[in-house]
Amino acid sequence: MAQPATKSSSAASPAAFAWDDPFLLDEQLSEDERMIRDAAREFAQSRLMTRVKADFRNEGADRSILKEMGDMGLLGSTIDGYGCAGVNYVCYGLAAREVERVDSGYRSMMSVQSSLVMHPIHAYGTEAQRQKWLPGLATGQLVGCFGLTEPDHGSDPGGMKTRARKVDGGYVLNGAKMWISNAPFADVMVVWAKDDEGDIRGFVLERGMKGLETPKIEGKFSLRASPTGEIVMHDVAVPTDNLLPGVKGLRGPFGCLNNARYGIAWGALGAAEFCWHAARQYTLDRKQFGRPLAANQLIQKKLADMQTDIAIGLQACLRVGRLKDEGRAAPEMISLIKRNSCGKAIEIARAARDMHGGNGISDEYHVIRHVLNLESVNTYEGTHDVHALILGRAQTGIQAFTG
Amino acid sequence: MKVLVACKRVIDYNVKVRVKADQSGVDLQNVKMSMNPFDEIAVEQAIRLKEAGTATEIVAVSLGAEACQETLRTALAMGADRAIHVHHDGGLEPLAVAKLLKAVIGAEQPSLVLLGKQAIDDDCNQTGQMLAGLLGWPQGTFVSRLKVEGAKVAAGREVDGGIENVELKLPAVMTVDLRLNEPRYASLPNIMKARKKPIDKKTPAELGVDPAPRLRTVKVAEPPKRQAGVKVDSVATLVTKLKEEAGVI
Repeated sequence: MAQPATKSSSAASPAAFAWDDPFLLDEQLSEDERMIRDAAREFAQSRLMTRVKADFRNEGADRSILKEMGDMGLLGSTIDGYGCAGVNYVCYGLAAREVERVDSGYRSMMSVQSSLVMHPIHAYGTEAQRQKWLPGLATGQLVGCFGLTEPDHGSDPGGMKTRARKVDGGYVLNGAKMWISNAPFADVMVVWAKDDEGDIRGFVLERGMKGLETPKIEGKFSLRASPTGEIVMHDVAVPTDNLLPGVKGLRGPFGCLNNARYGIAWGALGAAEFCWHAARQYTLDRKQFGRPLAANQLIQKKLADMQTDIAIGLQACLRVGRLKDEGRAAPEMISLIKRNSCGKAIEIARAARDMHGGNGISDEYHVIRHVLNLESVNTYEGTHDVHALILGRAQTGIQAFTG
Repeated sequence: MKVLVACKRVIDYNVKVRVKADQSGVDLQNVKMSMNPFDEIAVEQAIRLKEAGTATEIVAVSLGAEACQETLRTALAMGADRAIHVHHDGGLEPLAVAKLLKAVIGAEQPSLVLLGKQAIDDDCNQTGQMLAGLLGWPQGTFVSRLKVEGAKVAAGREVDGGIENVELKLPAVMTVDLRLNEPRYASLPNIMKARKKPIDKKTPAELGVDPAPRLRTVKVAEPPKRQAGVKVDSVATLVTKLKEEAGVI
C-alpha cells in the first residue's frame, strides 16, 4: 500500500523543535539505551571533566582513569561475560560520545582497551586466553594497548616490518610499533607481526618480557590527556600460548579497527557537540557593539551549519549502530561515518574556536583542546583521505591505493 | 530486615523550568526527567544498609505515569532488589501518595521506610510525615546520619541549631537529607542486570485508595524578574533606602 500523499491535517500547531536534539534522537533510543547514555554522561561530566584541563596541560593522565572506567563498566562493554556489561553497539556508541564530549584522549583510552585489546582477545583468542586477560581488562586492573602502526607503515599496514620467527615453543618478535595509545603504562600489548610464511598474526605480549620496551612519545600537541608510546621489540620470546589462534592476515587488525572506528564516529560528534554548545553560549553571552555576538548573521550561519552536520551525522551513527547490532554493518558504512564525523567535527571545532575570539585559544574554554585532539582523531584509524579511497573503491571497483 | 524506598519521578534538576503559557502548570514536554535527588539518597542509604548486612531486601516504589518505570529501573540499577509501580496518570498530591504507600507497606511489611525529605518539583515536604501519621509509626525527618541498632534506629536530624540525635523504634519512617550520603552511579553491568529484576504493577483501585486531588491549582506563574542593583553615593542614602524602600531597618 502506498502512503497517502498528504499527511494528517489534525496537527494544527507545528511540532516543537528541540534546538539541541533536532531530530529527537532521544526518542529513537530505548529506555536502557537512554539510561546507559545518562550514566556515561554523569560519569564523564563529574569524574573526567573535572580533571581534563590538568591532564591535558601536564600530560597527567594515568591508569586510575581506566580503573574508574572499569568500575563504571565502560571497558569492553559490548562483550557478554568475563565481567563485562554486554550492552549493544548503540550503547557503546552513546558512551563514546559522552566520554569524547569531555576529551578525545579519554575516549581513545577507552576505545583502545575495549575494541583493540579486549575485542581481539575475545574474538580471536582461546577460552584460556579470555579467562586470563578479559576480567582484569574489564575492571581496568590491567591496561592494554594495540600495536599495528609502525614508523614507516601507517595507512599501509600490510607492509609491516615486525617479524615473528617461529622457534621451539613459540615465537621471537623483532620490530617497532609507533603511535601506540596507552603503551607507556600497558600491561598487555596486542601486537601484529608477520610470521615465517608472511602471514600477519596477533600476539599478546606482557610487560616484563625480555627485550620489550615502551618508551613514551614526547612533544605531542594533541591527545595530551592520553599517553602515547612506542612498542620496541628486540628478540622478545613469546610463548605459543600468547598467539591469538583465531585469525590470520590483515582481517585480524582490521576487524578490531572496524569496531574502534565505529566508536570514533560517535565520539567525534560528542566533541563537536561540546564545541557547538560552547560557541552558542559564548556568542549569546558575549556582547560587542552593544549586542550579543549571536545577533550577527555570520554567527547564526555557523551555528546552523554545526547543528545540521551534527544532527545528520548522529542519525547516520545511530543507523549504522542498529545495523551493527543486527550483524549487517559493512566496513564501508563505518568508513563513511568515521570519515564524515571526524571531518565535520574538526571543522566545527575550528569554527567554534574562531567564534570564541581570543578566549578561544585558552584551555579554560576547552575548545582549542578539542581542535588539537581532533587533528589526531581525523588521522588515526584511517585518515579522512584513506577512508575516501575505501569508499571510492567500493563504488568504482577500482582501488586507488597503489599506482 | 526489609527496606522500602519511595522514588518520585521529577523534572531533572539541571532543567530550567518553564511555566506553561496558560499558567496551568509547568511545561513537561520534551523535558528531561529523573529520580528526585533526595530519593536517590534514600536508595543509596538502603543499598549501604544491605551492603553492611543490616538490610536483606530493598523494594523501590514509585507512583505515577507509565514512565515512572524508568525511575524504578534507575533504583534497580543502583542496587534495589525489586520494584512496585503504582500506575496513575493524573496528578498525585502528598496525601494520596501517603495513602497509597501505606497500602503498599501493609502488603510488604518493611521494617524501615526511606523517602527523600521532599521532592524538588513541588517542594511539599509532607509525604513522609503524613505516611508516618497514617501508619502510626515513629518518624525521623531531615536525616543526615542513620544507624540501625537491633530493633532501633539512631538518626541525626538537621535542625536550625545543628544536629538533633534521636532514637526510633522500628518499624519507622525516615526522610533523608542531602548530607546523608553521596549516591553511586549505576554502572553499565548493573543497568543491564536491572532489566531482569521484576517490577510489579498495581493501581490505586487495587490498593483501595481514591487518589483524586483535594487541592485546586489556581495559577502557576514565573517568579518576578530580579531588579537590577543601584549604586548609592553616601551612607545616608543607603540607610534611607534600606528604611524606606527595602523596609529592612
